[in-house]
Amino acid sequence: MLDDFFIRALIAGLGVAIVTGPLGCFVVWRRLSYFGDTLAHSALLGVTLAYSMEFNIAFSVFIISSLIALTLIQLQKRTNLPGDALLGLLAHSSLAVGLVVIGFLSFIRFDIMGLLFGDILAVTVDDLLIIWIGGALILLALKIIWKPLFASTVNYELAEAEGLNPDRAKAIFTILMAAIIAISIKMVGLLLITGMLIIPAAMARNISSSPQKMVMYSIIGGLLSVILGLFSSLEFNTASGPSIIAASLFLFILSLLNIKQSIKLKN
Amino acid sequence: MSSDQNILVKLNKAGFNLNNKWLVKGVSLQVEKGKIVTLIGPNGSGKSTTAKIALGIYKKIDGSVEKYTNKVGYVPQKISIDWTLPLRVNDFMVLTESLNKETIDEALSLTGVIHLKDKNLGDLSGGEFQRVLLARAISKKPELLVLDEPVQGVDFTGEIALYELIKKISDELNCGILLISHDLHTVMSATDHVVCLNGHVCCSGSPMEVAKNNEYKALFGEQASQILTRYEHRHDHIHTSEGEIKKN
Repeated sequence: MLDDFFIRALIAGLGVAIVTGPLGCFVVWRRLSYFGDTLAHSALLGVTLAYSMEFNIAFSVFIISSLIALTLIQLQKRTNLPGDALLGLLAHSSLAVGLVVIGFLSFIRFDIMGLLFGDILAVTVDDLLIIWIGGALILLALKIIWKPLFASTVNYELAEAEGLNPDRAKAIFTILMAAIIAISIKMVGLLLITGMLIIPAAMARNISSSPQKMVMYSIIGGLLSVILGLFSSLEFNTASGPSIIAASLFLFILSLLNIKQSIKLKN
Repeated sequence: MSSDQNILVKLNKAGFNLNNKWLVKGVSLQVEKGKIVTLIGPNGSGKSTTAKIALGIYKKIDGSVEKYTNKVGYVPQKISIDWTLPLRVNDFMVLTESLNKETIDEALSLTGVIHLKDKNLGDLSGGEFQRVLLARAISKKPELLVLDEPVQGVDFTGEIALYELIKKISDELNCGILLISHDLHTVMSATDHVVCLNGHVCCSGSPMEVAKNNEYKALFGEQASQILTRYEHRHDHIHTSEGEIKKN
């Protein structure tokens, strides 16, 4: 069964969607979508390093993204620049450096389009293992830090005052962000990863009344997007990564109908 | 520590400096089990800062703070919650600790907002939200309660009821309370110890002692002093049925 590239793609996509669901909710709640973008852009540098040193891609992306995240935290502490400027600085400079490094590695043939927009149909059985084992570890870690992370998302001082150690939870969450980008880069590519995090979560926000429900709907939305996107890419012969994101956009638009209805009900 | 298994939190000459400005300096105080310590002082005198030092929210402080409990309930003065979060009152109640349904219902009933349990937090009025904040803080049965103007925005009758509730909780749970309030009348009736702040501790002691202090009078005016002494007068003796006055 795993011999079929389409089945492998489906299993990979579903694995990623289960993890991006809850993480995406935190990205939306904590307003981290540009942060996710920055980490994703820096992933290109990780990929080039992996190629040049014959390293595992996911692992190398994870290391580089974590380093960029740490750099960001340091820059925030030491400069007076606003957060979005720092994010832009890191995102574009790491993307640029990554592209420059690719230029030096002329002896390797890069599939730039695959890097930018994903190549889920090329996932191997090894990739599947990385996605499912890595994904399970990410979810486990998220479950452990859920309470302090969620409490500090609602209000930092309450969490700190009542002994939940929100700083540690935030640091761990940053690492989890780097990890999800590392394991999902092959699926949707570095330009679209943040979409996979945000769009199902945004869709879920429109139809949920509690945080638990939002996480659940976000996972379901992600799973549906992967199934819908992959089958339609097969049907219409379109690029698979963008098709998945387009499918999630479709679900988001459907969820808007629900908002309209509930606003009407209120009036 | 010596006699002092009762001490929950202790500040030793604590101060906090933000951008080269001392928000508060040299504060020493302690909160013990079953006691209510009230911080009073004008706006900007460092009351909330002192509370945050006691809670460990500010870490780079001058002096030291010793905290002997981790069971803390906190009602902040200002709370900015991102209303884009889908958060009902019920979800907010279990924010920092998992509680069963009975405990949640009991706390919400005590502060009179049980009917709001399934409402979205963003849809509450200021006073309703304040009652939910207080319910959340007491529901986890803390050893130390830090209440920073806990009844702001609450209607007049509610205010009195909530202060009575706070006093009752301090007795029932035997928890220590660090209270910040502007309402000298209500506060003094329940307070064991008053700390008057104005960037530093300008005086402290029992309500009666503080009221007689000249620095307190200078800060709040003669009238405020009369509030305290008048209160003290009401309670330092009882009128017996024979018409005698008996000291208690």
